[in-house]
Amino acid sequence: MREAIAQHVHDGDSIALGLALESGIPFAAVHEIIRQQRRNLTMIGPISDMAFDQLIGSGAVGGIIAAWVGNVAAGSGYAFRRAYELGIPNPIRMEDHSNFTVGLALKAAAMGVPFLPTMTGFGGDIIRDHPRIRPLDDPFDGPPVLAVRALTPDVTIVHVQRADAQGNAHLWGNFGLTIEAAYAARRTIITCEEIVSEDVIRSDPNRTAIPGFLVSAVVEEPGGALPSSVQGYWRRDHEPFLSYHRQSRTVEGYQQWLREWVLEIPNRAAYLRQMGDASVERLRVREQRLAAPANFAP
Amino acid sequence: MSQASGPPPSPQEADTGSYTRRELMVAAAAREIRDREVVFVGMRLPLLGFALAKATHAPEAVGLFENGVIRDQPAEAFIYTMGDPPNIAGAVACLGLNDVMSLLQQGRVSMGFIGGAEIDQQGNLNTTRTGSGASLVRLPGSGGGGDIASLANRTVLIMEHEPRRFRPHVAYITSPGYFAGRRRGGPSTLITTLGVFDLTPAGVSVRSLHPGVSIDQVREATGFPLRVPASVQQTPPPTSDELAYIRKADPEGFWTGDTMKRR
Repeated sequence: MREAIAQHVHDGDSIALGLALESGIPFAAVHEIIRQQRRNLTMIGPISDMAFDQLIGSGAVGGIIAAWVGNVAAGSGYAFRRAYELGIPNPIRMEDHSNFTVGLALKAAAMGVPFLPTMTGFGGDIIRDHPRIRPLDDPFDGPPVLAVRALTPDVTIVHVQRADAQGNAHLWGNFGLTIEAAYAARRTIITCEEIVSEDVIRSDPNRTAIPGFLVSAVVEEPGGALPSSVQGYWRRDHEPFLSYHRQSRTVEGYQQWLREWVLEIPNRAAYLRQMGDASVERLRVREQRLAAPANFAP
Repeated sequence: MSQASGPPPSPQEADTGSYTRRELMVAAAAREIRDREVVFVGMRLPLLGFALAKATHAPEAVGLFENGVIRDQPAEAFIYTMGDPPNIAGAVACLGLNDVMSLLQQGRVSMGFIGGAEIDQQGNLNTTRTGSGASLVRLPGSGGGGDIASLANRTVLIMEHEPRRFRPHVAYITSPGYFAGRRRGGPSTLITTLGVFDLTPAGVSVRSLHPGVSIDQVREATGFPLRVPASVQQTPPPTSDELAYIRKADPEGFWTGDTMKRR
């Protein structure tokens, strides 16, 4: 992980993550970015359950392109509010979106077109003087539409269930904008629960949502999305979201959280040790509910 | 019957024992869903309202979630977020955000639930920012709210009913209500901590007040004119079956617990 972030995430980059929405958030990568003290990042995502807030509080973020920044089960993101309202620890540029316009901006980049038309947003203030959304006459004489300009992240980071060493990635459950963002980005980092053999990937090619030639780095990082969930591997750990919300209400509380759970921890394995075996085992999914096999025989 | 004055009514105690204001709101939200509708669900009270409607009068309703999940059965266990594993297991389909938003944009979604920090009489909602200068407060943002408000065939709004939230004009229109040139949909119903209201381009009118709530109390908490019909109904309390279901779905009262719990 250290190497992947050092090599592919640079000061000033735009980074898309948290793309599946509340599940599969690559928190291990987020914490490594904080430890490596990246600065002036532009974070891209639909919503960002706690991850953007943690990055903002650490001083890593200069801008946000998102529909929602906060803590899904608890409410406000206090670090985001401090940065936006008071410029603490630094002012941030905010490009407000709705979920769909973030999705269309990434989809346009993934498709290689300059913009995509949409009907969402008329009558609201989000589209007013927006740098990426403008009214457009329908060339086929229909009513006007809104054009959402393509958005190409420098880096997309996603956490998935399994991938092979080439980065061919199997994922299941809700996709959110995971696939669009991986297609759109200049570089994609896959973190995964397991690196598996090529045979496992080829046994079910419909589950390969991200082909390996789009991937710059693959990191095997079990538990790398905790406290968010990973279908078939980890339940969501609700308490850290609620306790972070309480703690980050003040700068001091945020700094204490940051030291305890990021700065004084070298890597994800140490993070899991600090959680304790009992917590880790409580969250690990041991039951099996397997999909019916699909016959790919030629 | 008017609940405009007089002591809080007590009939519900006979058949339900007690319920919270939020449990009442969940029951009201469930009644807004018709059978076989396609519903954009969202979290918190609407999630429980959808589950309750499925279990009672709308068994064939279908729920869409903005993370890409499509379900025709409630989640198998309590969930804090729509991405929690019990909301994925047993789903009809797991797709992407653009897929379900495309269904919304096509006009295939009958109704969606949204909430906000501020509302005005056009049904505009603000979830982006209030105040300015030293009183600036940044809220989380649109999420999918702006899309549901723009594209669903009707929306049901859920709000805390407080004077600072019910304003002549919202500070920022995150989720548009009625405006000139609107092509589809718009807010039809507003469910608050005090009552249930009908919304049209002409304004907001009282449909029912929750048990124990007076019309004066509602007027004081509302920063824009309200139409009040000659006879104001009482919001039907949740039945004992509905309550049992809500408590099964939210056993610890995480979403429906309420400091205003009725005796």
